[in-house]
Parts: sequence; C-alpha cells; structure tokens
Amino acid sequence: MYAFLTGPMLWVALLVFFGGLAARVVWYVRGLSWQLDRVAYGPHLAHGLKGGIHSALKWMLPFGTQSWREQPYFAVAFFLFHIGAVLVPLFLAGHNIILAERFGFSLPVLPMGIADALTVAAIIGLVMIALRRIALTEVRILTTAYDWFILAVSAAPFVTGFVARLHVGNYDAWLLAHIITGELLLIVAPFTKLSHIVLFFMSRGQLGMDYAIKRGGYSRGAAFPW
Amino acid sequence: MPEGTFCNRRPVNTEEDLKSLLGDKGGAQYYKEMAELEVDVEALKATLQKTLQSRTKTWLEICAHCGMCADSCFLYRVNDRDPKQVPAYKIQSTLGEIVRKKGEVDTAFMMRTMEVAWSQCTCCNRCGMYCPHGIDMGVMFSYLRGLLFSQGFVPWELKIGSGMHRVYGAQMDVTTEDWVETCEWMAEEQQEEWPGLEIPVDKEDADTMYVLNAREPKHYPEDLAEAAILFHLAGENWTVPSEGWEQTSLTMFAGDWAGCKMQVERVYAAVDKLRPKRVVGTECGHAHRATVIEGPYWAGLPSGQTPVPFLHYVEWVSEALTTGKLKIDPEKRIKEPVTLQDSCNYVRNHGLAKHTRIIMSYIAEDFHEMAPNREHNYCCGGGGGFNGIGRYRHQRNVALKTKRDQILATGCKLVVAPCHNCWDAIRDLEEEYEIGIRWSFLKPLLISMVIVPEHLKPQEEDE
Repeated sequence: MYAFLTGPMLWVALLVFFGGLAARVVWYVRGLSWQLDRVAYGPHLAHGLKGGIHSALKWMLPFGTQSWREQPYFAVAFFLFHIGAVLVPLFLAGHNIILAERFGFSLPVLPMGIADALTVAAIIGLVMIALRRIALTEVRILTTAYDWFILAVSAAPFVTGFVARLHVGNYDAWLLAHIITGELLLIVAPFTKLSHIVLFFMSRGQLGMDYAIKRGGYSRGAAFPW
Repeated sequence: MPEGTFCNRRPVNTEEDLKSLLGDKGGAQYYKEMAELEVDVEALKATLQKTLQSRTKTWLEICAHCGMCADSCFLYRVNDRDPKQVPAYKIQSTLGEIVRKKGEVDTAFMMRTMEVAWSQCTCCNRCGMYCPHGIDMGVMFSYLRGLLFSQGFVPWELKIGSGMHRVYGAQMDVTTEDWVETCEWMAEEQQEEWPGLEIPVDKEDADTMYVLNAREPKHYPEDLAEAAILFHLAGENWTVPSEGWEQTSLTMFAGDWAGCKMQVERVYAAVDKLRPKRVVGTECGHAHRATVIEGPYWAGLPSGQTPVPFLHYVEWVSEALTTGKLKIDPEKRIKEPVTLQDSCNYVRNHGLAKHTRIIMSYIAEDFHEMAPNREHNYCCGGGGGFNGIGRYRHQRNVALKTKRDQILATGCKLVVAPCHNCWDAIRDLEEEYEIGIRWSFLKPLLISMVIVPEHLKPQEEDE
C-alpha cells in the first residue's frame, strides 16, 4: 500500500497537479481578450507586466496592502496558513527523502523545529479562517458546503501529517491517511478553487495590468497603490 | 414571447419612440410591461458563450468567499452592514447565478438582478482593490448591465438615456443647431466683459478641441461661457466641434455597448475632421471614462489609446497653473477650509489624483483631505447612473450618507467637486440632510481668482 501510494500513485497525483495547473494557466491566458476585457495587453506588455507583478507581490507581503492592514485578523490567519502551506510540503525532510528515492533529486530541507512550527502555524491559521467563516455574517452569507470542502481538503494533510509526526496513536495509519489526503489535494487542485495556487497569479496579474495599461498606469505609474 | 410597447429588447432609435417613452411618466407602464417581459434564454446563452471569457469566468470561480470585499463597499457599510450588500454576494447571486444556470433564468429573477445591478452597485470599482484575488466586481456589474440591457431589463431613465444618445448623439435633446446657437449666444453675452472672447466652432487644426456634457448647453450654459473665459485668459488656441461635442455616455451606465460605440465614434470623428493637437473634456468623471478610458476599446482601437491625447479638465487646469498660463491672485485664494471630492472614474480609474492636488495647492490656503482619499476614496453615492433613476431614489439617498459623513469629518463647508455626478450627489445630499455645505466645480472658482492679463481687460474698466 505504502509503496503504491508513494510510487505510481504519487506519479499520477503530481502529473495531474502540475499538468492540470499548467493547463489552467494556458487556458486563462488564451482566454484573455483585449476587446472583451478592454485592456490592450499586447502593445503595452512590458509596462503592463510591471503593474501585474507589483500587484501580486504587494498582496503576498503580510500587511502589504490597505486591505490586509484593515483586516489584521484575517491577514494573520491567511499568512499563518499560506506560509506553511507553501513551505512545508516543498521543503519537509520526509518529503525530500521520498523525492530523492523516487525521482533522484531533492530540495533544500527545513530544520525539523521550523517545519513543526510552520505546521502548527498553518493549522492555527486554518482554525482562525474557519472560525471567521462561522462568526462573521458577511462571510457566512457567502459560505457554501463547497467552501467547507476546500477548507477540509486543505487542512487534512496538515493535521494527519502532524499527528503522524507526533507518533500519537497508530503511526502507520496516520501516515497513510496523510499520504492519501495529500494526494487527494494534489489531484483535486486543478479542478477546484484550489486552482488559485496558480490562478491567483493570473487574476492578480491581470488586474495589475488592467490598472497599469488602461486605468491610470501612465499617469500614476505602473504600481497601483493597493 | 411578449414584448411591451415601451419595455422590450429593442433600443430606442427614433425620435418618435423616444418621445412616447418619455411620455410614460416615471415609467409606470414601462415597469408593468417589464413584469411580463420574457427572457430570451437562447440569446442570453449565445451572448454568454461569446463574451464570457477566462477573466470573468475565473473571477466567478475562484472567489474564495472570504468577505474581504464587504467593508470596501460603501453601500454595504451604509446599509447597516446588510450581508446582502456584500459585493461578492451581490455578483454571485446575480451574474454568478445566470452563468451557473447557463442563462436559464426567468423574468422575476431578471427584475431582481436589475435592482441589484443599478441600485446596489455604482461600478466604482473599489471592491476590486480590496480583494486578494483581484476580483473586480464593478467590472463584472458593468458586464451584467450589458446582459440586462440586451434583454430589456434596464431602468426606464437609462433606456431613455441610451435612446437620447442614439437619436440626438447627446444625453439630452440638444440638436446641432441648438448647440451651435448656444455657443454663439454665450460668446456674444461674454464679449462685453471679455473683449475678443470667442467660442470658435469647427476651427481646423486648433491646439485644443473642447468637449463637454450636454447638460451644460441645455441647463447651465454659463459653464460653457466659463470654459471659454478660462481658455481665453490662458491664450488657448481652441475650438468646439459642431458634431461630436458631447463627451458623456449614458449608454455606458445603461450597458448599451453598441450605443457606447456610436457615441464615442462621434467624438473621434470630430477629431478626424478638425485635427486638433489634443482634446480637453469638461469636469465630468463618466464622460472621461467613456471617451478616454473605455472609448478606444469600443471604437476598436488596438492601442487602447485615444486618437490624440485627451485631457480631463483637471489635467488642463493643473497644466495651465504650473506653466503659468493661468495665474492665481494670491489675495483671492480660498481662505476657508475646503475639501475635494475624488471622482472614481478619473481618480481610481485613471490616476489623476495628483492633478487635483496640484490645483488645490494653487487655489486653496486651507485644504483638507477626505478620509479615505485618492484611489481609496468612496463613491459620491450617485455614480454609475444611480443619481438619475427614480425607482431607486430612496436607495440613492441612503447611499449619500457615506459622502455626507466624510465631508462632515473634514469640518469643511466648501467642497470642490470637478465631476457632474459627484456635484449632483453632493447637491442632493445637502438638500436631503441639510449639513450646511456649499459645493462647486473648478471653473467658477478659478474665474473668481485668476489674474486677468492687462491686454485682455475691458477698456472701460479703468475708473
């Protein structure tokens, strides 16, 4: 079971994840239309990209935008979760052992203590996000079962992985649960809102280009005051 | 598939139809017919198929339902934080629903959607600035308005507005003759006080062509006279076109995209014909949006740029002040505390905040910013056509409270509002809430404080 899940199934999960997300990017860019979007992407590409990159970077910086600053609770929750969500899967020692075994290469590895801290932070972030979803009327009205599904799919690999790491209960069962939920996340990502893993950059980039090219970028400069 | 006499899927294209629609006071029959108007599902599907592309699809799909947009929306804040006013909810429950149902929606749904599209969003685009994914719900609401217009679900006044542009090439029934006569009349009236003042119509190869808002010639032609005086004092080589002088676009508020194209092409045709070096538009936000920001796209110009540089009036004034073409008498600057309204259409959406600040630094001694301001400023409360729709007057009056409170917080009694819609909204909020403020366009303020060069003074002035 373990061998299958970290062997052929891992291949499938990674292929679906990277292939699917790449397809989403290609589909997004091909679906941009200067006439329908009313943004002249082509003739102003360099200037536009400056605005697009600035737009993404500003939002990836904790408290980098007015919106983050005005909502500190959500900003903290968001970054606690997302920093761990990006760093831990990529740079966890355990993951890189499998990478080295299966694919013959590995990435730099996080010290165990830091990986633990990031994991705990990510779980705290997710709990904060879930509480906010329940507590605030303006979020509750938007919330659907689908949102809870996405939250659960995102939380499961962290929780199961951390329980396994602590060696509480049946280690092998928790490890299997961790691998299965992790691969589930990889597989559903391109087909769900989790596609924002790449589409965040597309959408943020597009609005940044929109402001840089058409909505004042030549008067105020490519960088919009997000 | 019944269509009404007044409420139907056809835009108004003839004077006769326009007059009969105008005759239906307040749209009484129009809205009755709307309740019976069937949705042409096939046409709606086909439009979605053609025009709903990856940007909008992605916006609708990846919205994380985080609600960060809630507080960015002045209509949410001013309506007791009603969760139904959360921008993401408003767009998901209207456009999102149409897309999910692939156009299979009914009349009652479309009427509700019309209400949301025109009374719960002014297309100010502020929410897009506060969304982590960069989802611009103002842009989507504008798209939704287009779908609604094509199906006949548009507020009565905006159906008329679109018809005005289609029939008269202006948002009001001002014909070419009316317009040219107004120019002559205003020039004559001013000539005694301002010898040599002209309003040159259709002068070719001028440095500057001036375009404006039909309300000016129709209801307060002195605004045109003031523009002429300031051009005269600045020594500007300018002209107005006899056709293509109207810069506004109620067609944009209505979502009448074909009408938008017709409207802006009239202005660009005047540029082609008269070959000015550049164009200056009046103190109007949406006119600038329609002609300068969106216009090139409606006209199909791949550069996304106007055929020649188009300046908003505030850009022209800031240039005239910094280059010394207009000089301000230091004694006559505004002494009292004064604040400034940032128009969404040319500040958030065209980056002109610095120009109005330059102007304020020349004309005011005690300038106070509203909070928030510049790109982050709130809509006046009447944008996107909201001011003009009788059916939503109550909602509009509630919306005005945001600007009322922003102005009150500055402590100023005078508001500079270089935008027609903002100006109207501020006038209406004073009427509604009586907070004891005054408001003004730039032109009359400038005329009251500009230094008149010796050679332009009337001869008999020495006394």
